[in-house]
Amino acid sequence: MARALIHVPATAKRGEIIEIKTLISHVMETGYRIGVTGAPIPRDIITDFVCTYDGEKVFRARLFPAIAANPYITFFTVATASGTLTFSWTDQHGATQVQTAAITVE
Amino acid sequence: MAPRRPKDRAPRRPKDRAALLVIASLVCSTAFAADIPLEQRRSDDAFVSADTRAMQDDDTANPGMLAVLDGETLWQEKAGASGKSCADCHGDAAKSMRGVAVRYPAVLSGQDHPVDLEERINMSRVADQKAAALPFESKNLLALTVYVARQSRGLPIAVADDTRSHTFIAAGRALFNNRQGQLNLSCAQCHDDNWGKRLAGNLVPQAQPTGYPIYRLEWQELGSLQRRLRNCMSAMRAEPYPYEAPELVDLEYFLMWRARGLTMETPAVRP
Repeated sequence: MARALIHVPATAKRGEIIEIKTLISHVMETGYRIGVTGAPIPRDIITDFVCTYDGEKVFRARLFPAIAANPYITFFTVATASGTLTFSWTDQHGATQVQTAAITVE
Repeated sequence: MAPRRPKDRAPRRPKDRAALLVIASLVCSTAFAADIPLEQRRSDDAFVSADTRAMQDDDTANPGMLAVLDGETLWQEKAGASGKSCADCHGDAAKSMRGVAVRYPAVLSGQDHPVDLEERINMSRVADQKAAALPFESKNLLALTVYVARQSRGLPIAVADDTRSHTFIAAGRALFNNRQGQLNLSCAQCHDDNWGKRLAGNLVPQAQPTGYPIYRLEWQELGSLQRRLRNCMSAMRAEPYPYEAPELVDLEYFLMWRARGLTMETPAVRP
């Protein structure tokens, strides 16, 4: 789909609460704006965001037209073990974008 | 909508600009006294909310950085009949483009009028890459511009201020001080005389262009200084100059000169 910036701390202590920040480039067109022709510009939004940590779902969100363009989603989770965090964004058409980040837990 | 009056246009030919400089220096001597004292100048960053500032300062939260990544991709992309990418001639942008954005707008040798960074990039595309110029304010041109300008982040603004550029800076100053539009306001009235005070609840900044192209929350996308200037002119209910008008470049030049020494912070986040 688009560019995404993810911030996951490279290392963390076991049991530490870490902050994860994600930013994805997406127009998030609400469907309510009127275009130059007088007709509404069709809705085009991301609808779901899920983060899994070594396969276990740790965060999910459903997005609606009220979310501004280039959604910035941040959340906290507990650093349990070294592994991979997988982030996936799904839009209203069903297209999914997946990105991963690795974390080392001492 | 009132048509643009001929006297609102800044003349393009050097001798006409010289005439304007003489007039400008005569009528604007009091305006010169109203310039913000150098030590009181602040980036517009100082007039936004703490949340907006935090968003700008974090590279993983700054939406402008998404465009910087796009620009990085375009930098490597081959274009035009030459089959070359920017990288093929300029190599690593972090080295070759460092210090470039702080020098623009500039009057290049062999030219008689200043160009801004967007135009300079297009000049290279056309002359060196033998590719079509990118449309002004298009996503790709903005991405390349923000990528180049990002390489100057942290450097002080240092546009040329010599005999060649003086005419254009004076022309820009005249535009800055010129009352315009139905509201009959000049830029100086808000940004020189009333910065720090409020207009409709919003803090009025000094209008220092330290972070362009900016990610404006109102636009929900990246935009150029020319776009922002046009917005302001519409707000004054004046007919905005079209993109790439010499008046806008002159005004950009004056604004960058006025901001000389302030630190570049591209890509900035603004409300």
